[in-house]
Amino acid sequence: MQVVFQRPSALSDKHTHYCPGCTHGIIHRLVAEAIDELDVREKTIGVASVGCSVLAYEYFNCDMQQAAHGRAPAVATGIKRVHPDKVVFTYQGDGDLASIGMAEIVHAAARGEKITTIFVNNTIYGMTGGQMAPTSLVGQKTTTSPFGRKAEHCGYPIKIAELLSTLQGAVSVARVSVHDVPNIIKAKKAIKKAFEVQLSGAGFSIVEVLSTCPTNWGKPPLEALKWLKENMIPYYPLGEYRTPEEVK
Amino acid sequence: MAKQLMKGNEAIGEAAVQAGCRYFFGYPITPQNEVPEYMSRRLPEVGGVFLQAESEVAAINMVYGAAGAGARVMTSSSSPGISLKQEGISYIAGSELPCVIINIIRGGPGLGGIQPAQSDYFQATKGGGHGDYNLFVFAPASVQEMVDLIMESFDIADYYRNPVMIMGDGTLGQMMEPVEFKPVKKRDLPPKDWATTGCVGREHNIINSLALVAENLERHNWKLQEKYKQMKENEQRWELYKTEDAELVMVAYGTTARIVKSVVNKLREQGIKAGLLRPITIFPYPEKAFALLPDSVKAFLTVEMSAGQMVQDVRLAVNGKCPVHFCGRTGGIIPTPAEITKVAMEIMGGER
Repeated sequence: MQVVFQRPSALSDKHTHYCPGCTHGIIHRLVAEAIDELDVREKTIGVASVGCSVLAYEYFNCDMQQAAHGRAPAVATGIKRVHPDKVVFTYQGDGDLASIGMAEIVHAAARGEKITTIFVNNTIYGMTGGQMAPTSLVGQKTTTSPFGRKAEHCGYPIKIAELLSTLQGAVSVARVSVHDVPNIIKAKKAIKKAFEVQLSGAGFSIVEVLSTCPTNWGKPPLEALKWLKENMIPYYPLGEYRTPEEVK
Repeated sequence: MAKQLMKGNEAIGEAAVQAGCRYFFGYPITPQNEVPEYMSRRLPEVGGVFLQAESEVAAINMVYGAAGAGARVMTSSSSPGISLKQEGISYIAGSELPCVIINIIRGGPGLGGIQPAQSDYFQATKGGGHGDYNLFVFAPASVQEMVDLIMESFDIADYYRNPVMIMGDGTLGQMMEPVEFKPVKKRDLPPKDWATTGCVGREHNIINSLALVAENLERHNWKLQEKYKQMKENEQRWELYKTEDAELVMVAYGTTARIVKSVVNKLREQGIKAGLLRPITIFPYPEKAFALLPDSVKAFLTVEMSAGQMVQDVRLAVNGKCPVHFCGRTGGIIPTPAEITKVAMEIMGGER
């Protein structure tokens, strides 16, 4: 019998704890496929963060370290400096990266740390039950912005891809989405390219992946995908913000 | 190797390099700046990496990453910076990673001052961050002793898979003394087969302190406690000075112990039988030393550059057998031999 579809070797056979309709599963798979296609599973060390993806160390079938909240880029820096020949990536959500971990991500990017960050932005703190994130949209209702996020009270959502693309060390910066199949294919390309950039030794690479949280958004999965497309993409435009060609 | 005159902080760096430390992540803070400065020059010479982090928080998490990747790694800071590192230290202890942490203590609380102090004793010896854990803590009293203990610390950290802290104070960091870098006895160390080095031909390794099932976390915590028990059994270190016939035993560590040593001599000149018990490890606390003291002991006097922290461990060790007195200066003031002598004389019934 011909195998036409199987689990990438860079994913373990553990059942994930993610909610039905959550797009973390898709993104995990894309990362694992990229690792497989580049044939680097045995030389890859991943860093899981704090948030919904905290258990990613069980799901990726490569060496993994679990990091304190927001500190994944610092942990990855420590690993990469010890093993410059290995592939090191962080997998972080928007509460982890864009709030408590802002200093670590900015400085890892500024140093041109030769690591890859997969930044999953679903505009909310998922694991803790749906609190407002620095990426929550203006007007978005969360458990800590029950009347909708008000800009005059807590400002505007942070655009991480745009922000990091101002740093010289961030040689590869892209924003993608996984709300439909064409975009999933594009997301896969961007993630693989980010790892290729790391392998080339050019510098820091990051892919911001727009993602859904049906549970905490209070929407069925399909509606959540639609909400992402109609509300997130206008504020968080997709595309390549920085590519190695530009850097040269 | 011949003796050379070195500043405490620079000697720390050299001792680490000679002990095989090849990675250092730090952040500037007075009075320990010469440690990162020394490492920034020295580590590239031996193929190592010095990196100035964006914060103490980032520095300790870089240490976590490097230690998890199997390296010999060190960071240094001073009191407020060590407070910032506590979350990371808790993760390192929870994940059972070896590393060496230097604290060149300054006066607190808050931003405090930049003069020497010993007011981080509780933080260093009682855990410091969240959770049931302990560091292995050395409290050297001279630059030479600091060098000797650091050279051993990396082996101890690897042996127990536990962070080791060297607790110095601003005086030790800043003063120059002659030092010699002598080879230390190596321990039998197991291979770091748990490190994240790339999973070639093996299952993937995970460095982690998360255990969501309470029973698993409790089991893990008892395992950590078992290590601390072993440290208490095997690693207590102290120095006894003129305690053979002592009636007053003074307890002091680090810089303060050097002052107290001269006080002991002064008191003996005046007919008071004083002695010194100097803890060298402050976790594990040298309780065994108290059992070695003669029956002649009538009282204890603990001297610290703090408002009274180690004195609690002295009371636990003495266990009500004798009165335990305290004499301390805080905020960066170093106690003078005269004021300590006066307190000791009062305890022993005044002038003779």
